[in-house]
Amino acid sequence: MEMPAPNPAILARKADLVEKLQSIMPRDAVIHEPAETRAYECDGLTAYKCPPLAVVLPASTQEVSDALRICHEMGVPVVPRGSGTSLAGGALPTEDSVILGVARLNDVLETDYDNRFIRVQTGRTNLSVTGAVEEDGFFYAPDPSSQLACAIAGNIAMNSGGAHCLKYGVTTNNLMGVTMVLMDGTVTDIGGAFLDAEGLDILGLLCGSEGQLGVVTEATLRILHKPEGARPVLMGFNSSEVAGQCVSDIIKAGVLPVAIEFMDRPCIRATEDFAGAGYPDCEALLIVEVEGSDAEIDEQLETIMEIARGHDPVELRQSESEEESKRIWLGRKSAFGAMGQINDYMCLDGTIPVSQLPYVLRRTEELSKDFGLDVANVFHAGDGNMHPLILFDANKPGDLETCEALGAEILKLCVEVGGCLTGEHGVGIEKRDLMLHQYDPADLEIQMAVKDVFDPKWLLNPAKVFPLASSDARRIAAE
Amino acid sequence: MKTLAPASEAELAEIVAKTSEPLRVIGGGTRPIGVPVNAQPLTTSGLSGVELYEPGALTLVVKAGTPVAEVERTLAAEGQRLAFEPMDHRGLLATTGEPTIGGVFAANVSGPRRIQCGAARDFLLGVRFVDGQGQVIRNGGRVMKNVTGYDIVKLMAGSYGTLGVLTELSLKVLPKSHATGTVLIEGLADAQAVRALSRALASPYEVTGAAHLQRGADGTPVTMVRIEGFENSVAYRAGELKKILSAFGEVKIETDPERTFAAWRSVRDVEAFHGRDGDIWRLSVKPSDAPVIVSRLHGAEAVYDWGGGLVWLLVPQSSNATEIRAAVAKTGGHATLIRGNRAAGVFQPLAPAVAALHDGLRARFDPRGILNPGLMGRAA
Repeated sequence: MEMPAPNPAILARKADLVEKLQSIMPRDAVIHEPAETRAYECDGLTAYKCPPLAVVLPASTQEVSDALRICHEMGVPVVPRGSGTSLAGGALPTEDSVILGVARLNDVLETDYDNRFIRVQTGRTNLSVTGAVEEDGFFYAPDPSSQLACAIAGNIAMNSGGAHCLKYGVTTNNLMGVTMVLMDGTVTDIGGAFLDAEGLDILGLLCGSEGQLGVVTEATLRILHKPEGARPVLMGFNSSEVAGQCVSDIIKAGVLPVAIEFMDRPCIRATEDFAGAGYPDCEALLIVEVEGSDAEIDEQLETIMEIARGHDPVELRQSESEEESKRIWLGRKSAFGAMGQINDYMCLDGTIPVSQLPYVLRRTEELSKDFGLDVANVFHAGDGNMHPLILFDANKPGDLETCEALGAEILKLCVEVGGCLTGEHGVGIEKRDLMLHQYDPADLEIQMAVKDVFDPKWLLNPAKVFPLASSDARRIAAE
Repeated sequence: MKTLAPASEAELAEIVAKTSEPLRVIGGGTRPIGVPVNAQPLTTSGLSGVELYEPGALTLVVKAGTPVAEVERTLAAEGQRLAFEPMDHRGLLATTGEPTIGGVFAANVSGPRRIQCGAARDFLLGVRFVDGQGQVIRNGGRVMKNVTGYDIVKLMAGSYGTLGVLTELSLKVLPKSHATGTVLIEGLADAQAVRALSRALASPYEVTGAAHLQRGADGTPVTMVRIEGFENSVAYRAGELKKILSAFGEVKIETDPERTFAAWRSVRDVEAFHGRDGDIWRLSVKPSDAPVIVSRLHGAEAVYDWGGGLVWLLVPQSSNATEIRAAVAKTGGHATLIRGNRAAGVFQPLAPAVAALHDGLRARFDPRGILNPGLMGRAA
C-alpha cells in the first residue's frame, strides 16, 4: 500500500508546530520525541508502520478545537485515533501528520435511565460504556470483538458493528447525538437526547466517515435494558452450503435471533485447540443465540432446532448452563486470537447477500487453491458479513503481496454477487484502491465532495478511503 | 402546470440535466411537508415496481415510485413487513393520492415501532438517485452491513428531495410478528403517563410501541404499551408489564387483533387530530421533557408517541411559532410545523455551523439549486 510522500515544508516546521501545540495543552499531552511517537506508528493493520510528526492527547473539547485550529492554520494533516484497533489502517499516520488521540477524553457525562441514554466522552472504551450502566441492568448494544480496547470515537468513525447487530443494529442505529469539532476548530452539537436529529442526517454521514469529516468528542448513545436471559445453540453440518441454507431458513421463519455466527473447519480446529469450547469437528458450525425469558427462549429455540433438524446436522446442542454458553462464545470470540497463534493472517470484511453464502464460500476455496494460501472463515452469517482469514507467513518474501492479491480477489467476488468491500472494519488504506470496483467515478466524486464541505483543505485523515489517484488533485490543491 | 412523470431513471436524469427551471419533486404528493415550493412538478410515480425480493435475506429492492400499498402487499405475501411502520399522512393533511415508498424515505417517515427497531433511515440499505446536475449516483448496496465509503444513504433519507431525486431503494425488511398485545391504563395525566411509558421502555420486555392519548376513543386519557412476538411470549410479557405498571393505575390487557391494530394505526396516523381545525406541530424531544413543554403552550392538545419523545401538537391556527420553537429549544430537540402557514418556515432553525454544512452539501449535490429549492429553508 502506497502512502503520499511527506511534505518537506511541514517536516521543516516541526519545532514551531510543537511549540504552538504545547502552548494550548499540558506539556505531557504533546509527544514529539521520535522514541515516543513510535508507539503511534500503526494500528491493528500492523503490516504498515510510520511514526507521525507528533502526537497530541487533548483532555477536553476545547483542547481538541485548539489543536485542530493550529494544525489547520499551519496546513498540517491530522490523523484522529481512538484506541488504534482499526484493522484497515484507519489510524495509520504519515510522517508529516499529527496524531490526535482521544484516550484522555474518557468520562461519563450523564446517565439517564428514564430517557434511556448515556452521554460519554468518546475516548471511553466500548465495553466500559456498558460497564457504566450494567449494574443497573442496562447495556450499550454494538459489541465489536475489540470492545475491551476500542474507543467510541473509533466506533463512530468506522460505524462498528459486532456479533449482536443482527438484532440491535450497528453504531449508526444507536447514536443519538454528538459534539463534533471540525478541522478549522469549529465546535458544534448535532442531535441529543431525542430521536432523529434535526435537519439533514449529519449524524448518519459522520458514522463510518473514518475520521475524515470531523473529530467527535462527546456522544449521546442509546442504552437498553438487558434481556432476561440469552442462550446459544450449536449446530454442526457436513457442508458449508447446507449451513448457509439453514441460516436463510431460520431468518425466513420469522424468528429473529440476536446472533448467527459461522465457522468453517480450519477455524473450528484452531479455536478448539486454543479455547476448548467443545465444538464438533465438522465442515461448518453455526452458533445461533436467542434472548428472552426461559420459556421464550425455549419457544424460539424449538422453532430453530426444528429447522436445523431438516438440514441433517451432525451436531445439534443447546447450551445447558450459563457456564456452557460462556464457553461457546469464548470459542467464537477467541477465533482471531486462535488463528493468530498458528499463523500470520489477514482478516477480510466483505459483506454479501445471505443467499450468496454457499457460492461465495465455494469460490473462495477455489481462489485459495489458485493462490496457494489457506483461508479460514469465521463470520456473522445472519447479516452476510464475511471474515475470511487469509493465512500467510510474514517472514517469507512475497507472501504478504500474494495474500493482498488474494484478498483483493475475494473482495471483488463479494462485490460481484451484490455485496460490498467492507461491512464493519472500514476502508482505511487497506481497501482504498479497490473502491472503484464498488463505485463508479461519479459515485466517489460525490463522496469526496462531502469531504470538501467539512474539510475544504483535506487535512483530516486525507490519504484514506479514496484511491490516491482519485483524491490526488484535492490533496495537492490543499497543500 | 403539467406534472412531469418520467417512466425511467434515464428519462428522469435527462429532464434534470436539461431543465433550466426549478423542479418540485414529489412521489405521490400525499405528504406536503416543508416550505411550499412553487416550481415545475416532477413525480417519480412513473418509476414503479419491485426489482428484487429475497425474503430469506430480508431484503427488497424497489423503484422509488412504487406505491407503499404494493410494497406492503408484496411483503405480506411472505409474512414480512416494513418494520418501522411508516405513517400515512393523508388523514392528517387531508391529501389524496397514492403514497410512494420513495416519499416515505425522502421524509424519513416512521411510526410507533421506531422506538424499538429504528427509523425509516435505519432500514435503508442502498439508494440510486439523480443529483441536481442530472447524474445518476449510487450509494450503499443491498447488504445489512456496509461501511464502504461514506453513508450517503442516510443523508438522502429525510432530505426531502433537496439533494437528489430518489429512483431506486434497497430496504431491510423484517418478519411480521405472530401476535400483538397492548397493555393499557386509563385516566393518567401527561406527566404520569410519560413516567409509566418510561418504566415500560426501561424493562427487558421489548416494548414496540409506547403512546399516550390525552383523549382516547371515549374521551378519557389512555396510555398504551405494545408488545409483539410469539403468542405465549406476548402473554408472558404483557403479564410482567402489568405488574410493573400497576403502581400507576388499573391495568388492562388487550389482545384482540383487530382492536389492537386499529389502536396503533390511530397513534401512527395521529387520528385524534383528523378533521380538527388548527395548526399541527411535530416535536422530537427528550421524553421526560415532553409534558413540561406541552403544559407551557397555551391551548395545546397533544398525542405522545415514542414514550413521549415524539409529540404531535394541535394548537389554535396561526399560533406563535417562536413560542413553540423556544419551548423546545430550551430543553433540546426540534419542532416541525406539519400543518399551518408553512411559508413562514417549517423546520427548527439550525446552529450556524450546522446550517453552513447544510448549505455546503446542497451546493455540491445541487449546484444550480433546482431541486425543491427552499423546501428545507430556515424560518424567516
